[in-house]
Amino acid sequence: MEILLIIVSAIFVNNIVLAQFLGICPYLGVSSKLSTASGMSAAVCFVITLATLVTYLLNKYLLLPFGLEFLQTIAFILVIAALVQMVEIVLKKVSPSLYQALGIFLPLITTNCAVLGVAINVVTKEFTFGLPSHMLGLGEAVLYAFATSLGYGLAMVLFAGLREHLALNDVPKSFRGVPIALITVGILAMAFMGFSGIA
Amino acid sequence: MEDKTMSKFQLITKGLVKDNPTFVLLLGMCPTLATTTSAVNGLSMGLATLFVLVLSNMAISAIAPVVPDKVHIPVYIVVIATFVTILQLLMQAFTPGIYATLGLFIPLIVVNCIVLGRAEAFASKHSVGDSALDGLGVGLGFTLSLTVIGLVREILGSGSAFGWKFLPGDGMLAFVMAPGAFLVLGYLMVLFNKYLAKK
Repeated sequence: MEILLIIVSAIFVNNIVLAQFLGICPYLGVSSKLSTASGMSAAVCFVITLATLVTYLLNKYLLLPFGLEFLQTIAFILVIAALVQMVEIVLKKVSPSLYQALGIFLPLITTNCAVLGVAINVVTKEFTFGLPSHMLGLGEAVLYAFATSLGYGLAMVLFAGLREHLALNDVPKSFRGVPIALITVGILAMAFMGFSGIA
Repeated sequence: MEDKTMSKFQLITKGLVKDNPTFVLLLGMCPTLATTTSAVNGLSMGLATLFVLVLSNMAISAIAPVVPDKVHIPVYIVVIATFVTILQLLMQAFTPGIYATLGLFIPLIVVNCIVLGRAEAFASKHSVGDSALDGLGVGLGFTLSLTVIGLVREILGSGSAFGWKFLPGDGMLAFVMAPGAFLVLGYLMVLFNKYLAKK
């Protein structure tokens, strides 16, 4: 039951883009085509899950025992930057085709605030998910991160689909580009607000 | 991109309209959307970013000549993360209320592309004094846009301005929540485009 709640809550109710405003820059940047949008979502999904696993362990076994919580921000961003670099090198060797497909999106993920945001959230915030409010365990944290990144992918793919249709329309001059995109996201976010009834 | 003839005064004012980080350059979207639930919140987020921008610009312009080119991005990120940590500790000590409201978005200043963008595009090539002024200008532009967005959302969403309530009732709640952020930013951008097109 708790697992189901974590998944539904992370994907729909607290959607990372449409309710938490994380990772907006790549969201607006690469969502004009469906294919690039799904590539980016896959890369983000991979990095968020891995980064949360590593930073969670780092926080629990290194920062907390030595009373170094104030170094969280610096330590996490370094870990994420190193991790992205590593993922890039490994992918290049193991699966050149996937590496090609993800292309420039991989290095960009370092500065995607969704990654750092989720990593910080799972170690500092208390969650409920149908239980009394508690700090997340490792399994829950990783599951939450994975589900959150699925939510990112969902929002991205939905929006890319909308934008492909939008490109064919005659939009007034001052609305062209980002303004109309933002207004569209606004309406999409309104639709997602409906999910908060589930929680 | 900046030419040598730009006066000290222009360094500060260019961030307000011509190179406005939010409406023209579209940088730092996540904090822009997430923290502008009221004018005061927008203002505090803007000032927090301003603090980091000025200090990191100064530090980076001072160390830029001795940083090897290959590792300059990681070095800049560490410098920025250091100032963000200082800001976090200062805010926890002196303004715990605001720190709690802005929450996650204070540590996320590390991945705000405005800060790294200015470090890369301006501070690494200019003197310490000019970099401080540039940070101040861009920071003020960011603060101004966040305050305006916050003000519009607060007026529409809760019928008050800077906490001063002048309309009875609750206002349109959607504007304080996620969809309102996207819609208000989208429509303000349209107005900004119209204004720039007229000039």
